Amino acid sequence: MATLNINGTTHQVDAPDDMPLLWAIRDIIGLTGTKFGCGIAQCGACTIHVDGQATRSCVLPISAVSGKKITTIEAVGETAAGQSIQKAWLDQEVMQCGYCQSGQIMSACALLSQHPQPNDAQIDAAMSGNICRCGTYPRIRAAIKLAAKEGV
Amino acid sequence: MSQGLIQALADQYTVANPPRRQFLKIAASVSATAAGGMVLSISLPALSQSKQTQAYSELDNGKGVLAPNGFIRIDKTGEVTMIMPKVEMGQGVYTSIPMLLAEELEVDLHTVKLEHAPPNEKLYADALLGAQVTGGSTSIRALWEPMRQAGAVCRSLLVTAAAQKWKVAAASCYAKSGVVYHDASRRTLSYGALVAAASQLPVPKSVVLKDPKDFKLIGTSAKRLDTPDKANGQAKFGIDARPNNVKFAVIATCPVFGGKLASVDDSRALTMPSVLQVVKVDNAVAVIGTNTWAAKRGLGALEITWDEGKSAAVNTRDLIQDLREAAKKPGAVAKKTGNAASAYKKADKTLSVEYEQPFLAHATMEPMNCTVEVSAFGCDIWVGTQIPTFAQGMAAKILNMPVEKVRLHNFLIGGGFGRRLEFDGVVQAVKVAKQVKGPVKVIWTREEDIQHDMFRPYYFDRISAGLDAQGKPVAWSHRIVGSSIMARFAPPLVKNGVDPDAVEVSAELPYALPNVYVDYVRVEPRDVPTAFWRGVGPTRGTFVVESFIDELAHLAHIDPVKYRLDLLSPSPRLKNALQTAVSKSDWGKPLAKGQGRGVSVMHAFGTFLAMVVDVTVNDQGEVKINRVVSAVDCGMTVNPDTVIAQIQGGVIFGLTAVLFNEITIEHGRVQQTNFNDYRMLRMNESPAIDVHLIKSAEAPGGIGEPGTAAIGAALTNAVFSATGKRIRKLPIGQQLKA
Repeated sequence: MATLNINGTTHQVDAPDDMPLLWAIRDIIGLTGTKFGCGIAQCGACTIHVDGQATRSCVLPISAVSGKKITTIEAVGETAAGQSIQKAWLDQEVMQCGYCQSGQIMSACALLSQHPQPNDAQIDAAMSGNICRCGTYPRIRAAIKLAAKEGV
Repeated sequence: MSQGLIQALADQYTVANPPRRQFLKIAASVSATAAGGMVLSISLPALSQSKQTQAYSELDNGKGVLAPNGFIRIDKTGEVTMIMPKVEMGQGVYTSIPMLLAEELEVDLHTVKLEHAPPNEKLYADALLGAQVTGGSTSIRALWEPMRQAGAVCRSLLVTAAAQKWKVAAASCYAKSGVVYHDASRRTLSYGALVAAASQLPVPKSVVLKDPKDFKLIGTSAKRLDTPDKANGQAKFGIDARPNNVKFAVIATCPVFGGKLASVDDSRALTMPSVLQVVKVDNAVAVIGTNTWAAKRGLGALEITWDEGKSAAVNTRDLIQDLREAAKKPGAVAKKTGNAASAYKKADKTLSVEYEQPFLAHATMEPMNCTVEVSAFGCDIWVGTQIPTFAQGMAAKILNMPVEKVRLHNFLIGGGFGRRLEFDGVVQAVKVAKQVKGPVKVIWTREEDIQHDMFRPYYFDRISAGLDAQGKPVAWSHRIVGSSIMARFAPPLVKNGVDPDAVEVSAELPYALPNVYVDYVRVEPRDVPTAFWRGVGPTRGTFVVESFIDELAHLAHIDPVKYRLDLLSPSPRLKNALQTAVSKSDWGKPLAKGQGRGVSVMHAFGTFLAMVVDVTVNDQGEVKINRVVSAVDCGMTVNPDTVIAQIQGGVIFGLTAVLFNEITIEHGRVQQTNFNDYRMLRMNESPAIDVHLIKSAEAPGGIGEPGTAAIGAALTNAVFSATGKRIRKLPIGQQLKA
């Protein structure tokens, strides 16, 4: 039995220690905003925050997050960076199919929290782990810059 | 796929699947003018309003609502629901279609609710494709008029109802933002208040539509309706379906195409916690668990023996050899103008080359998945699909159930690109669910998704031309060799052996060429399944034609832009697009060492597009794309920002493929597994992409695929300009490495 603190709520999850957090979040707790993309931390669709750090939940065993604060896309809008990123995403019309965007937004929020005024190299470093098959990268870059400009 | 299997599939479609049969009939009737493939650049009359009204009355549409057609429902509170006949897979139709409706219905776009259409050919068939299909960049072209009519008819009912209440002439009333006005008497009534009366009125067959100059919404960059929920995790894709008590299945399909499941020892798996059941289907085995992880671990504990069958010895090189052999013999003639062979003999200079394009996976971000419940009450399917009626029909056939008992709930699609034009995943999930009590969600791992994709076919092209003393092409001869997707997907569209998709762009060249010969040789890659992919035929055709025309320009010592412009007199819109793109680019400016600039043009999907690409190739042979400039004439635009987004995204999709992607087969198995070895362009590699929209009053063209189709040759032409190396085999991959 693992205790998970997700979006401020404590969940008792009956699952083996090595279960990746992604499946606990999606299948057991039922929050489906965090997406499955590759299962090997190559695409970033499953990105969540663990104590504010962008982390790939598809390879993160639940045993590693006990006592830590987990935030998913469903609650990231409650943070200043999250709000500002979500607004910029809509202002720039970033999203197409949208499947990867939960992960993109989580990575971008973590970036802005760390670097409120990121330069292109910092954007590349923070966002290159997130694949978008629709090719929204130019707009993601623009949206991050917009959010940074408007302030967190 | 073997000939026998294709025939079997064709029989299945035409005999057992009524929706498909209807599709084929209609598709066949329009094939004569098909410039190619799924993309029939012809205008068909709008869907018949009366037919739709009649069909709609067959549905249980409740009482006290105004629903004069299958696309609009207004209740007594005035809430407007729009029923989307197309699926949203990122291309923006959940905004552009409502824009068409709202423009004529006179409601505020952001007040409408959206609903996925249920499978229903009578109501929701695409007039261009002849079936309820989303694909081929047809949505706006097919719905441009019917959606505006649907909105206008509904508005006219509301205005008439108000006029009758007020006992004034309908012509003295007008509608705006969901309210009917009569200025002379200063009276107003909201749509909600008029629903009861309007629903009693006879539905007019058609109504005069607005003059485009009076559009208030169409042509503006309206904010998308589907995106707010995509920013906060609330948007629901098929993979997010959670019917009560859903179980989770992970599946392994025989790694060798055409192989079967021989036996499986599930004793260890069944002892594992949260593993519920092991289910066998013809060529696969699934483990059912209380969650995906348990199922995946259970799958790993199975001892599976495959009956690999005859394809276990097949390698990519064998398949390429099949194509090369077949290329030696003439194929079905797709185009013949003048006499290319004799002109070639008399030419001043000649060039004959071969191009090869690999198998490609779709790799949609949302892996294939399908949730199914088979019960005494029928079958429920929760899935994001581009072909809801075909999927429904196939499920009914497998379950030996009337189609009406199969309820298909469509979802947002996490990337289509043609992958979800196929129902293989639905068929497999239904076969699994048949053996499971309660709903089960079958998820393909990324490895399954890539290895059991239905691939963009491998194509082999041999093309030759003769130039006169001025360098103009006087002979053009082109043989296309590869799989025919149409022969499986829509057999009647294949006429005299020519697959219109396989030869698209190649058979209808935009250039003034006096002697042209194009033929097509169909060769199926044995058991490797093939399917449409973003840009379908035009992606394949444009790469070859635009690479080759560039080679001819080089041979003639003429600037590639000038060379094209001199030949583009038959296509003024394409010429204009090229001139626009060039004027916005750095064309003609000096290039530093390692820099290159390439160009391409494309006319397909009713759209005209030109691109200029700037690259740098470093000493290690790595390609960096600095900038892409494109100019697009897609006729009238509904939502211009979506057009720009589609070109940007299409370019990145195409760049990924041309730079990196190929599916290879060894011992009958796909060698690539996941994003680590089937790699995608990433943020740090993504160029700036400028899109210039050319204003046009022409009918709308398609926009989902042109960007992908046009970028390939522009990139490889730029690589040639930078390095002097001509890329004739995709992907670029390691070819530039020292």
